[in-house]
Amino acid sequence: MGKLSSRSARFVWVAAVAVVALAWFFYAQDGPQTTAVLAGTVRAATLLVLGAMCGMIGERSGVVNIGIEGQFLMSAFIAFTVTSTTGSLFAGVVTGVGTGLVMGWMLAAMAVGLRVDQIIAGTVLNIAALGLTSFFFDRGRSLGVGKYGPIDLGPLADIPVLGAALFSRPPLTYLTMALVVIVHIALFSSVWGLRTRAIGEHPGAAATVGIDVNRLRYLNVTLAGGLAGFGGAYLALEAVGTFSRGMSGGRGFLALAVMIFGRRTPFGAYAAALFFGFTTALQNQFQFTGALDIPAQFVGMLPYVVTIIVVALSGLFGSMRDPAALGQPYEKG
Amino acid sequence: MTRSALRSVSIPLTAVVLGLVIGALLITVQGNSAGTAYRALIDGGLGDADALLRTLQKATPLIFGGLAVAVAFKAGLFNIGGQGQLLVGAVFAAGVGFGIDGLPAIVHLPLALVVGALAGAIWGGIAGVLKATSGAHEVIVTIMLNFVAGNLSDWLAASPWKDNEGTNIIARTPLVAPAAEIPTVSWMPIGFLLAVAVAVACWFVLQRTTYGFEVRSVGFNRHAAAYAGVRVRWIVASTMMLAGMLAGLGGAVETLGVDGRFEAGVNAGLGFEGITIALLARANPIGVIPAGLLVGVMEAGASKMQFESGVAPEIIDVIQALILLFVAAPVIIRWLLRMRSGDDGQLQLGAGWGS
Amino acid sequence: MTVDLLLAARNVTKQFPGVLANDDVSVELRPGRVLALLGENGAGKSTLVNLLFGMYRPDSGQIVIKDEVVELHGPDDAIERGIGMVHQHFQLVPPMSVVENIVLGSEPSRRGMVDLAEARTRVLALSERFGLEVDVDANVEDLPVGTQQRVEILKALYRDADVLILDEPTAVLTPQETDHLLTVLRELTRQGVGIVFITHKLREVLAVADDIVVLRGGRVVGSTSPDETDETGLAEMMVGRSVVLRVDKSAAQPGDVVLSVEGLSVDDDRGQRAVNEVSLEVRAGEILGVAGVEGNGQRELVEAVTGLRRTEQGRVVIAGTDVSGAPPRQVATIGVGHIPEDREKHGVIGGYSVAENSVLNRYHRPPFSLRGLLQRAAIGRHAREVVEEFDVRTPGVATPVSSLSGGNKQKLIVGREFSDDIALLVAAQPTRGIDIGAIEFIHRRIVEQRDRGVGVLLVSAELDEILGLADRVAVLYEGRVVAVLDAADADRERVGLLMAGVNA
Repeated sequence: MGKLSSRSARFVWVAAVAVVALAWFFYAQDGPQTTAVLAGTVRAATLLVLGAMCGMIGERSGVVNIGIEGQFLMSAFIAFTVTSTTGSLFAGVVTGVGTGLVMGWMLAAMAVGLRVDQIIAGTVLNIAALGLTSFFFDRGRSLGVGKYGPIDLGPLADIPVLGAALFSRPPLTYLTMALVVIVHIALFSSVWGLRTRAIGEHPGAAATVGIDVNRLRYLNVTLAGGLAGFGGAYLALEAVGTFSRGMSGGRGFLALAVMIFGRRTPFGAYAAALFFGFTTALQNQFQFTGALDIPAQFVGMLPYVVTIIVVALSGLFGSMRDPAALGQPYEKG
Repeated sequence: MTRSALRSVSIPLTAVVLGLVIGALLITVQGNSAGTAYRALIDGGLGDADALLRTLQKATPLIFGGLAVAVAFKAGLFNIGGQGQLLVGAVFAAGVGFGIDGLPAIVHLPLALVVGALAGAIWGGIAGVLKATSGAHEVIVTIMLNFVAGNLSDWLAASPWKDNEGTNIIARTPLVAPAAEIPTVSWMPIGFLLAVAVAVACWFVLQRTTYGFEVRSVGFNRHAAAYAGVRVRWIVASTMMLAGMLAGLGGAVETLGVDGRFEAGVNAGLGFEGITIALLARANPIGVIPAGLLVGVMEAGASKMQFESGVAPEIIDVIQALILLFVAAPVIIRWLLRMRSGDDGQLQLGAGWGS
Repeated sequence: MTVDLLLAARNVTKQFPGVLANDDVSVELRPGRVLALLGENGAGKSTLVNLLFGMYRPDSGQIVIKDEVVELHGPDDAIERGIGMVHQHFQLVPPMSVVENIVLGSEPSRRGMVDLAEARTRVLALSERFGLEVDVDANVEDLPVGTQQRVEILKALYRDADVLILDEPTAVLTPQETDHLLTVLRELTRQGVGIVFITHKLREVLAVADDIVVLRGGRVVGSTSPDETDETGLAEMMVGRSVVLRVDKSAAQPGDVVLSVEGLSVDDDRGQRAVNEVSLEVRAGEILGVAGVEGNGQRELVEAVTGLRRTEQGRVVIAGTDVSGAPPRQVATIGVGHIPEDREKHGVIGGYSVAENSVLNRYHRPPFSLRGLLQRAAIGRHAREVVEEFDVRTPGVATPVSSLSGGNKQKLIVGREFSDDIALLVAAQPTRGIDIGAIEFIHRRIVEQRDRGVGVLLVSAELDEILGLADRVAVLYEGRVVAVLDAADADRERVGLLMAGVNA
């Protein structure tokens, strides 16, 4: 990946090595528990990395998306409702992605088309999604079919420790891993990616070589919404298997921190997502087995506190530069 | 009413009307009668003295929450943390309210209010100080602090400060001492009067004081403010503290004047409504009062609406989101009203995480 | 088939809200020639090139490209027809490489993936053919300005441009870099490229143009060629009356030192050393002009003196007080007026009224603030005085400043900074982008301040402004003062060489 910066690459390696080393260490002590922790890590990371990629494509194009939370929630609701009505998980996934696209398009229409302040536009999505899903949610409804179950990838699934965590996962998780690779290549090696990065850094320059900045932003924010929509479907149909009010639980916001932590690269974001997922999974597991006596609320706080620290530190060291045109509507001339 | 005043209210008013119209459509789609629903909503919010009391009680924290967003807006900051600031204000006011015995009301009540306000100020201040020192974006930090505050207040209410009266299993604190209660006179909760007074005070500080001049200058153009000698970092930090204090005060008033105790989960969502209210008021502290009352009526009447027409109270959230959309995108309304695109100032924060 | 007219505008008119930017304008460019568009700021040059390049569409009139009347729907239409543009503010993406910048928008690709190897080969070939040397793998943000301009030119040539439009290409170049550019342009015309050259610098026009069109107030006021005219003739056409290029002023009467900069070092936003052990003195009653190509530390020097930027080393002493590292408020209180370089960013707050802006430097002091409360009557009175005395054209003092023109904003700033009893005036680019009437007004006021005994530190990228106003000239090159000359010894050639780092 030619453009993966050395810093970013270093971060990915350090995170990966740390996770693997810790995993071995714990596996030596308690095998099944370690497997559960790793599975939990991947489960938590999947949603986060999808949200982070959604935010990343927007920000690389110059559009801040704080509506990921709302996009998750709305898509999860629609995916759940459609599956529950039709009995088809696949139909749920498709409509979930479709919902995400529509939500992305709405954000683009507000932020790019109408030049609404981007943060306000995202907030509108969040509040609207919470309101609409709560209003239409029917507590008596259930998914009706079983959620997506794990698929073993042949002999890979039998690899000790990592096999169960990585190669015996449900289908949407595999798809997410593929998406991480696809988005990374697209962003850094394709014509689309070059243009996308250009309109986020210097839209004026892109416009003078004939790139339609606002159209590309429209397209990108809409497509990115599809990724969040996929995340919503994953949440309702694979991770949890039902819908509940406000079930995204702030992970759309955490995804933004993951995005920043991962330096707005998909590989970086996946590493960051695994790291975040690992801390929560580890804590949950300790909690569950009673190995650690900490009130649940403090465990619950942890990812948010970590995020604050990450955001504050990244600001302090100035190591994570925003795309130069981030947050600014583009006006011709 | 002058033309400019008319212009400045026409967009929020149209937004409200549009929100209600689309809400009516949704109610109809669901198979209920929008007429019955809205009549019950208004009746439940304004129909009699009880309804009025309910509305004013609902409106009080909403006004504080709206001020917490509006004041930060003036400095160019987006305070999404009203929720968390309100929670810590509510829970710490409760702590002082029930935890101390034997103080006279003249001391106890102000003390509880001040502690609640301080808790909110610290919560907002964390975001402000981080923004000022490391450039950490206040939107991310305040959102995260909301979750931290939620967990912290839950824990306080479930563990150390739990009400152990009888067989209580709910995560809530004991009732506050009578000396810490904010009284209600007939249908007028005194807390509401406090909210109105604070809103007026906010307007005065922003428009008429040297400090307010500095806050607004940072909001308009932080570079020019720095050039003019304004200590921008201090303004950023102190404005977030002030905003947090306002939300914290709102939480304290809610605890001491309405609920009588802190109960986990009761205040959920209040802080987010502050965003709608502040935008509806176009970030004008005085405008926050009618905006808060409007939402207050809807919330107060929601249960009566559900009882009489079967419409889920969450429709209120939907209508609010619609109103927010229309206020945030005045282009839509201008097009509807065929208004000249004018200088009625679209709110811009100049987003970006770094600076 | 040979082309007769490469590019032309025929009777084009373009109206913007409140401004008739182009009024019945016609120009013609033929192959292998250089057409210079000359005019002051606001004369309509930029509008015209934006019309030629398809950024705007004319309200009436025609655009002709290669003998054909065309309708341009956007820059891509113009690019496709062989028009290349080098913008005044480079349209380059700083964190991307030279190759990426050049191919952006017309990338060689295979199945949607950028073919970087192919791109690199093509760019190298081009750079060789036209003698435009550049490290194609470097990131643009790491290149010097002159090289970035070469990238811009390559970008146009990569798109097979046979017309090159250059918008104020020399504004950011040293005289020597400018000469190099003019050589490149001649090489391009030799290979058949037609060039439209926009400038307000008379000397360059005479040096390079084949045809000259002068614009004023959106209209063509004259067409000529270098053989038929000289600098004075062009200047008169440009401003419509005979101009005084020199400001009338008597000899300076220098008094005590009011500003003393000793061994000052300052870093820029990226942490690079921008000002390097600079020592300067400004005396009461004299104007010290700081000359230099933009980006050689002027901004950082001014910001350090006025307290807006941290100093790394050395001292700044104003009127006997050491203010190194002091905040802006403290510096201002000692008696320093500051006309900032960037009017919109630092000088005014657009959302504030004229009245509020008129006290931006003193709102916190009596009589404008008492016990923490703003004194609105006193502020209004003061604003009306400034508006009156400095001829600020505004409907009233309650009008938001954002609705004022650039010249009026600048006069408001000047009025605000002058209305106090100041010992030192720091004026950075005090007349950038404003009309000639306002320029003369501000120049007179600066000289008036000097004659009242104020020390003036004048920083300007306009060499003529420095040579016209300054009593002494300091030349800044790469963050160092390379010379301090008396006005009498400071002629254009000598200062130009010093600005380029050549020790004359």
